[in-house]
Amino acid sequence: MSKESLSATRSASSLVGQIRRLWQGDIGLLPIMIGLLALVIYFELRSSVFLSAGNLTNLFIQSTIFILLGMAEIWLLLLGDIDLSIGYAAGLSAAIAVILVSPSYQWSWFIAIPLALLTTTVIGAISGFLAIRFKLPSFIVTLAGQIGLQGALLYVINSQNTGGAITVQEKVLYDLVNGNLTPLATWLFVAAMVVGMSFFMFRSARRRRASGLEAKPMWVTLMKIGITAAAGILMAVLFNTNRSSFVTLRGMPFAVLIDLAVLAAGTFILTKTKTGRYIYAIGGNVEAARRSGVNVNRYRLLAFMLAGFTAGIAGLLYASRLNGISTGIEGGTYVLYAVAAAVIGGTSLFGGRGKMIHAVIGGLVIATIDNGMALINMSASTQYIATAFVLLAAVIVDSLARRGSTVSG
Amino acid sequence: MSTNPESPASPPEQSDHGSGGSGLRPVDPNVLLSLRGISKHFGAVQALRYVDLDIPAGKVTALIGDNGAGKSTLIKAVAGIYEPTAGHIYWKGEEVHIHQPRAASDLGIATVYQDLALCDNLDVVQNMFLGQEETKWGLLDEIQMELTTLKTLSDLSVSTLKSPRQLIGSLSGGQRQSVAVARAVMHESQLVIMDEPTAALGVSQTEQVLGLIRTLAARGIAVLVISHNLNDVFSVADRIAVMYLGNLVSEGPIENYDTSSAVDLITTGSSGRVTSNANPK
Repeated sequence: MSKESLSATRSASSLVGQIRRLWQGDIGLLPIMIGLLALVIYFELRSSVFLSAGNLTNLFIQSTIFILLGMAEIWLLLLGDIDLSIGYAAGLSAAIAVILVSPSYQWSWFIAIPLALLTTTVIGAISGFLAIRFKLPSFIVTLAGQIGLQGALLYVINSQNTGGAITVQEKVLYDLVNGNLTPLATWLFVAAMVVGMSFFMFRSARRRRASGLEAKPMWVTLMKIGITAAAGILMAVLFNTNRSSFVTLRGMPFAVLIDLAVLAAGTFILTKTKTGRYIYAIGGNVEAARRSGVNVNRYRLLAFMLAGFTAGIAGLLYASRLNGISTGIEGGTYVLYAVAAAVIGGTSLFGGRGKMIHAVIGGLVIATIDNGMALINMSASTQYIATAFVLLAAVIVDSLARRGSTVSG
Repeated sequence: MSTNPESPASPPEQSDHGSGGSGLRPVDPNVLLSLRGISKHFGAVQALRYVDLDIPAGKVTALIGDNGAGKSTLIKAVAGIYEPTAGHIYWKGEEVHIHQPRAASDLGIATVYQDLALCDNLDVVQNMFLGQEETKWGLLDEIQMELTTLKTLSDLSVSTLKSPRQLIGSLSGGQRQSVAVARAVMHESQLVIMDEPTAALGVSQTEQVLGLIRTLAARGIAVLVISHNLNDVFSVADRIAVMYLGNLVSEGPIENYDTSSAVDLITTGSSGRVTSNANPK
């Protein structure tokens, strides 16, 4: 087909057709966002405290563990694999960092944090190596990893002889979650984010048109920027509202900043680099990837390592929020919630389909349920059943919505 | 080399297997790909026996034969997936050794497998460039790849795709086949091998693919097509090569054959109706 006839076909099609085509790339996100909105409305109606600055900020921070572990898991879900060990790997990363900066060792955070992240990356590499070299299902290899790492975590924590829990006694580690940007910095950040996104989107559209390719209609680009700007402004207003009754507490928490940074980095790798492209290809049709010359083993190993690294970050933030790590951490449960977060957001368990933003939305959904139910004093049994229901509903809706998907984003 | 159409090809009398050695048919340097005495066995199974085959540029050669005759094995030997246990391969008159798929594609041989080797979750552009993406400053150069994809598809007159950003999973069988062929052609291939390209396609999709094959040949590309479907073969091929139980029993211009003689050769390895089986014109 010539470029001219292609353009003609595109612009000749109706607005409805255009909208449908554009939505089909992202339609998976719409139902779950509506669901999230419904949940928020429901909880606000049941408890007027839900939408308060303090509670919402708390919600964002509670969601961090699900979001980050979800993003870690997505690296593997895209391959069609899974990593069951990232929950305890995160715990181990936390334990290492907390212990090294504690008064017993007094290492600088500058060394302790990278070391913790390196540990989880190496753990990921080992899982990946075993799965690849011996052609084992990742489920089994990482299940063994989960069990082994739980033992390792117990050992490490108990070695400190502090009664099964170690506390954070260092400022940087503490601030990861409990610290925040100043209100001014928050606004500057939001502004920079919106301006940056607009710049890149316009530049990309301009380049496409300059090359003679069809670019997304201007109104779509403007709409996306508008939505992002609105979200950014809402978040800035939320975080800048004083959320403490004792002291003045304002500004975007570092945790949110870190979540956004990991989201940006992950999305960048997946959409703009060969690594990301090959991960999608392997998840879609590993034989096709192999015959096309893709080094399948290398990219699978890389995905395991990226998952490990991200899990390490999750662990650090988790320890920061709970002010420490205890032997009671439920690494196994967290992994399953991580998978749930990714799937609720729209990632496929069978490989080849998913984005980092899915973990963010899924994580927010899970945290909303937890947070909201606690506010209205719902029993634990109801919480579990409700979460299960939401997970099922999300995947059913996602499956129905995607049946007609024909265009890539 | 026996010219008797009744008997299957037999090994050369002399054991001297130097390039163009005596006992083997001489190699014409004007022919793009020449196979001489290609044999392949897997343990006790002799899949290919002393196959001689010429594949000229700009023509469509159809490789036909019953199941188990050795067609796919021969293709894979040329594509670098199997290494022949004996025999020589000549590319434009020079002997070459194709040890792996990379070596084949470096020569300019592109293979379109029966299962197409496409990723359903990626779009047309992403599949076309899978494994050989264009990059700018280390990042994927989407614009360049999309432009090249559009050009390749338009050069091949592939007109049924609405957008190069359609997911492969949403395309029909004929469209997928077209994309697979376009990918093979995009990298300046000189020989395109297609394994049962129309096997799973309906009537109009088959026509699409046959048209594509003719376009390739018209551009001077050598096309080697394996097919079960004699209708398609007689519709598009310039030459036929027939395999029977690992032997290449007959080879020649399409005019020398008709459906009955082709069927005879496929099922019995010989036919009274074929005039000659060696020395293609």
